[in-house]
Amino acid sequence: MRSYPPEIIGEAVLNGLLTGAIYGLVALGLTLVYGVLHIINFAHGALLTLAMYAAFVAWKVFGLDPYVAILPLVPLFFALGYGVQRLVIMPASKGEDSNILLVTLGLSIVIENVMLAIFRSDTLSVQVPYAMEVVELGPMLLGFPRVVGFGVAFLVAAVLFVILTMTDTGRAIRAVAKERTGAALVGIDVKHIYAVTFGIGTACLAVAACLLLPFFYVNPRVGNAFVLVAFTIVVLGGMGSVPGALLGGLFIGVMESLSGLYFGESLGQIGIFLIFILVLLFRPTGLFGAKA
Amino acid sequence: MTAKDLLPIALFAAVAALLPLFVTQNTWLNFAVFTLIICLAAQGWNILGGYGGQYSFGHAAFFGTAAYATAILQMRYGMNAYPAFAVGVAAASAVGAVIGFLSFRSGLRGSYFALVTLAFAEVFRVLANASEVTGGAAGILIKLDVRPANFQFDSRASFYWIALGLVTAALVVTRALERSRLGAQLVAVRENENAALALGVDALRVKLSAIALSAAITGAAGALYAQYFLYLDANIAYGTWISVEALLAPIIGGAGTVFGPVLGGVVLHGLSEFTKTLVGRIPGLDLVIFGVLLILVVRFPPREIPGLIRMWRARR
Repeated sequence: MRSYPPEIIGEAVLNGLLTGAIYGLVALGLTLVYGVLHIINFAHGALLTLAMYAAFVAWKVFGLDPYVAILPLVPLFFALGYGVQRLVIMPASKGEDSNILLVTLGLSIVIENVMLAIFRSDTLSVQVPYAMEVVELGPMLLGFPRVVGFGVAFLVAAVLFVILTMTDTGRAIRAVAKERTGAALVGIDVKHIYAVTFGIGTACLAVAACLLLPFFYVNPRVGNAFVLVAFTIVVLGGMGSVPGALLGGLFIGVMESLSGLYFGESLGQIGIFLIFILVLLFRPTGLFGAKA
Repeated sequence: MTAKDLLPIALFAAVAALLPLFVTQNTWLNFAVFTLIICLAAQGWNILGGYGGQYSFGHAAFFGTAAYATAILQMRYGMNAYPAFAVGVAAASAVGAVIGFLSFRSGLRGSYFALVTLAFAEVFRVLANASEVTGGAAGILIKLDVRPANFQFDSRASFYWIALGLVTAALVVTRALERSRLGAQLVAVRENENAALALGVDALRVKLSAIALSAAITGAAGALYAQYFLYLDANIAYGTWISVEALLAPIIGGAGTVFGPVLGGVVLHGLSEFTKTLVGRIPGLDLVIFGVLLILVVRFPPREIPGLIRMWRARR
């Protein structure tokens, strides 16, 4: 194993934390949907790909900076998520786990390949003036877009926390997550709340996509790179646990960054998959001990 | 198993075997061989997913292991193609048993099983892409040496018949499983695992047998793929495409039925060729259609083609 001076390791850890916050944001959407609807959404990665293309088009066609594109894309993707849950997933699920598995898989195949048919398999990226700017932190240099991503990801988590704890809709979401039948009995429209939750999860992806685009690329399969990472974070943090998703995201970000430093980019990925498999096999309730 | 059980299979094999007498164009035979390879992979998935109700999203792990084992044994260890094929199938089966043991022993079911199989296949893909013995990202070539003794043939028709033979063998195995004690126990586990356990079915053993058999059949498809195309890389052998293909065909054609995977495979790839001639080659279009079909068959029961035909008959 190579040895590195502490600044390099420190920089890798910090960069890992920065990327990890965005991973956390992707995982947040996934874990929220799981916690409330009790479904595993295989289309999550493909929806992220779709959001990244949307942000790309907003930049290419309308000249919108990816950070500005957050404003129109969040309501758009909320509506999309609401519609997908209401019109596609719910009618097909009929309460069966395997049906949801297949429908969300079908969705992800459709989204991914429609993007492939439109944009072909080329890897695209946006050119923004601040892409190469750095923030100096003592001896360490951090990419500006990553720092912004970190800040906004936590801002979104805070907003989500406020929505979940202080608004009527948020209370209804938590009620449905805890006890669906009871919530329905006191007059909560469970189907509506399911779709709202799915919409929020999809909106999180829209934000994550806009944050990623200034320093990442987009191609039809880009979501796949994130979806297993997001699943890993979600099982690590405990299925359905919101703080677990954020902490898990940071942890995985650092893990990936460090193993990339020591083992090289491609083998570094294996570390994540192995964690995923081990957690699933031996501690499926997650490290932070949320309920199974 | 009685003669009556085998009659439809024999009929299918006999009719399908006549195809190369009428179709001699290489592109069509290529298409037919490829479709049969997919059908074979799907027949493997059907044992575990269709009869056992354990939906794997990672059958690429078995397809790829057999494919790489066949190629590597021939190229690096000079083994003859036929024993290499057999070892490949055995290796896939062993990988299936290990993955099955780890996941079923931990009680993973439903979505969790799907996720863990997906992750295993991805681990294999990344390893094969980085490792030296698999040729890394450049992939591995099986040396072209066209002799029947090397499992390489002049005519595509020979490959077609071999692929058809393997598909037919898998049909017979599936029918035999259906009629066996193991098959009945497997279906019991699918329908209600706790009830099956209460009746004294050793669910773990049943599921392990199913995954080992399932992996062997999908492995045979992988080894045949390697032998036919003579080239592999990590994204072909362990790519998600084959996991998805292996799952789509039985779901569309009828999971848990003998002919479901073959019917689904032929319909899907027939449809994909048809659209290609209709609108030209647009990348991804065939998979868009597959995905839409998958959503539709799940959305509108009966879930599969035979069920649709039954429903249509009942309406008349």
